[in-house]
Amino acid sequence: MPEGQFCNKKPVETEEELKALLGDKGGKQYYEEMLQLDVDSDKLWETVQKTCKSRTRTWLEICAHCGMCADSCFLYRVNEADPEQVPAFKIQSTLGEIIKRKGKVDNAFMRRAMEFAWARCTCCNRCSQFCPHGIDMGVMFSYLRGLLYSQGFVPWELKIGSGMHRVYQAQMDVTSEDWVETCEWMAEENGEEWPGLEIPVDKEDADIMYTLNAREPKHYPEDVAEAAILFHLAGENWTVPSKGWEQTSLAMFAGDWGACKIAVDAVYDAAERLRPKRIIGTECGHAHRASVIEGPYWAGRPDGRPPAEYIHYVQWLAEALREGKIKIDPAKRIKEKVTLQDACNYVRNHGLAKYTREIISYIVEPGYFVEMATNREYNYCCGGGGGFNGIGMFRKQRNVALRTKRDQILATGAKLVIAPCHNCWDAIRDLEEEYEIGIRWTFLKPLILSMAIVPDHLKPQEEDEE
Amino acid sequence: MASFYAFLTGPAFVISLLVFFVGLSVRLVRYFLGLDWRLERVAYRPNMEQGMKGGLWSIYKWLLPFGTAGWRAQPFFTICFFMLHFGAVLVPLFLIGHNVVLEENFGFSLPSLPQGLADLLAVLTVIGVFFIAARRIALPEVRIITTGYDYFILALVALPFITGLIARMHWAGYDFWMICHIITGELMLILAPFTKLSHIALYFASRWQIGADFAIKRGGHSRGACFPW
Repeated sequence: MPEGQFCNKKPVETEEELKALLGDKGGKQYYEEMLQLDVDSDKLWETVQKTCKSRTRTWLEICAHCGMCADSCFLYRVNEADPEQVPAFKIQSTLGEIIKRKGKVDNAFMRRAMEFAWARCTCCNRCSQFCPHGIDMGVMFSYLRGLLYSQGFVPWELKIGSGMHRVYQAQMDVTSEDWVETCEWMAEENGEEWPGLEIPVDKEDADIMYTLNAREPKHYPEDVAEAAILFHLAGENWTVPSKGWEQTSLAMFAGDWGACKIAVDAVYDAAERLRPKRIIGTECGHAHRASVIEGPYWAGRPDGRPPAEYIHYVQWLAEALREGKIKIDPAKRIKEKVTLQDACNYVRNHGLAKYTREIISYIVEPGYFVEMATNREYNYCCGGGGGFNGIGMFRKQRNVALRTKRDQILATGAKLVIAPCHNCWDAIRDLEEEYEIGIRWTFLKPLILSMAIVPDHLKPQEEDEE
Repeated sequence: MASFYAFLTGPAFVISLLVFFVGLSVRLVRYFLGLDWRLERVAYRPNMEQGMKGGLWSIYKWLLPFGTAGWRAQPFFTICFFMLHFGAVLVPLFLIGHNVVLEENFGFSLPSLPQGLADLLAVLTVIGVFFIAARRIALPEVRIITTGYDYFILALVALPFITGLIARMHWAGYDFWMICHIITGELMLILAPFTKLSHIALYFASRWQIGADFAIKRGGHSRGACFPW
């Protein structure tokens, strides 16, 4: 059978299609249809010829099969050194085979490749640091995901995710109206405690335009409020756009490059419309990757830069603490063992390790911060990166993957983990749920808010009068 | 026999070198012409200075034994690797015997290594090949990615060294071993551009690219061009 009703080669373009796909609980029919989905070999080979050029072909050709990548891969280590988890094997037996066979692969091959692309690689890129030839298998797996997506072989949740971006310009069904309402609600809700608190929408020429993750307005509106309060506390002139506020990209996890462009164009349009001096993104790793690191290229910007300086939340926070815009009450500094999760997407892949450590130096009493063994650029993935967290059919593999981080955290002896990334935060929450090691985990925003000194003029009036 | 030897050290030698150098140069040029800032998502041109720094640093660090976290993570392989590569690079270029043939054909020669050192390097190369092959068989994580082709490449590298060392002993059958040495050596030169041995040149290209990638796009502006390899 060629195309299924849900599982097919077409992206989800309308709200109706999206709702129908969502209605197929757990992707039951979707995955049944996938068993019958034809591979369009000609199209696959044509795409490879157009998009697989000297870098990737050389990587596949000169790989010396030395196996130095094996130990670099946390999925290899955590799966008891299963040879089928060696990065070189994983990529050679999937992407390498597609090229060798000039695209003439069958349905079973593609389903196996799908399992490899989404359950055996989180695109953390750590292997690239251990290959003498500098072969980056995370990059190749991301490329492979694009090929698989274009042929309809993509996990159900990610087909939905990229559809969300196409339909709502957000990874969840949060419309522009929903978003603006959430802003008003949060400003109002916290207005009593924080007189003068505002969430200015679509203010032109502000110093800062803030972008975030749709799950914040959808599931954790207090996160939006916390961001607002911290900007308020720091005295920043800031705004959020009514359109183009969603910074994340499940489309990137899905390999839906068309939707990636749609998503990032929306953010850049907002920046061009509102002309902020800087854009600041929320505490999310892949959102930063999608809108700051990869985004300029999807948007076709030849300089590889976003239209305005675009920084991660940890960069802004480090600056605010450094310059004293936000002051920490020394009595409230953390006085228990605490460790830090480095998110691959902005640490290994964007060099921001120093900013999180600078923040730590302001908020943790000296002597209480414990680094995980192998950290910064050499950190391990949380276990849920690259979309792994959200894929039901690979939940078992994901839960095994979490053991790396579990053991790293246990080795620090810390009971508190700072995780300034949505994906890492989720993975650490899930590992506590799964393995019950008795830890707490947190974003930076609530932590800072709980220890910041509030200047008198920002406190509620009644308190002053009393 | 004498004329065959003359052919091998004359025209065949020149042709082998030509294929080797022209072939590898073409591969390098094609590699760089094939780079595409849109596909790789790396803005090479506007950031060339930063990219160059990162690229050269990435090449340099990985040329140093134990110079990177990767090399330090695998000490046994690293030692075998450098044993193989020191000899494989230095002996063909700087052996006095090779320089004599070079002088005869081209009228110039390179500086020569002391014979004893060259012998040692050649022996280490063979030992390196042996342990790398043994490692392929012994370790499951290497065995699974190993193919016949990998052993062919190892043999292609080892044969000129083994035959050369035997000839060097001046045992009986010197002429035979010398001819075997020249044939296998020239075979290696001729096949290099068309096999995995193309990494002789493409190593520099691939390492440059990943170094430039990290320097330009993946954090170079905040961590500096030099990635902590």
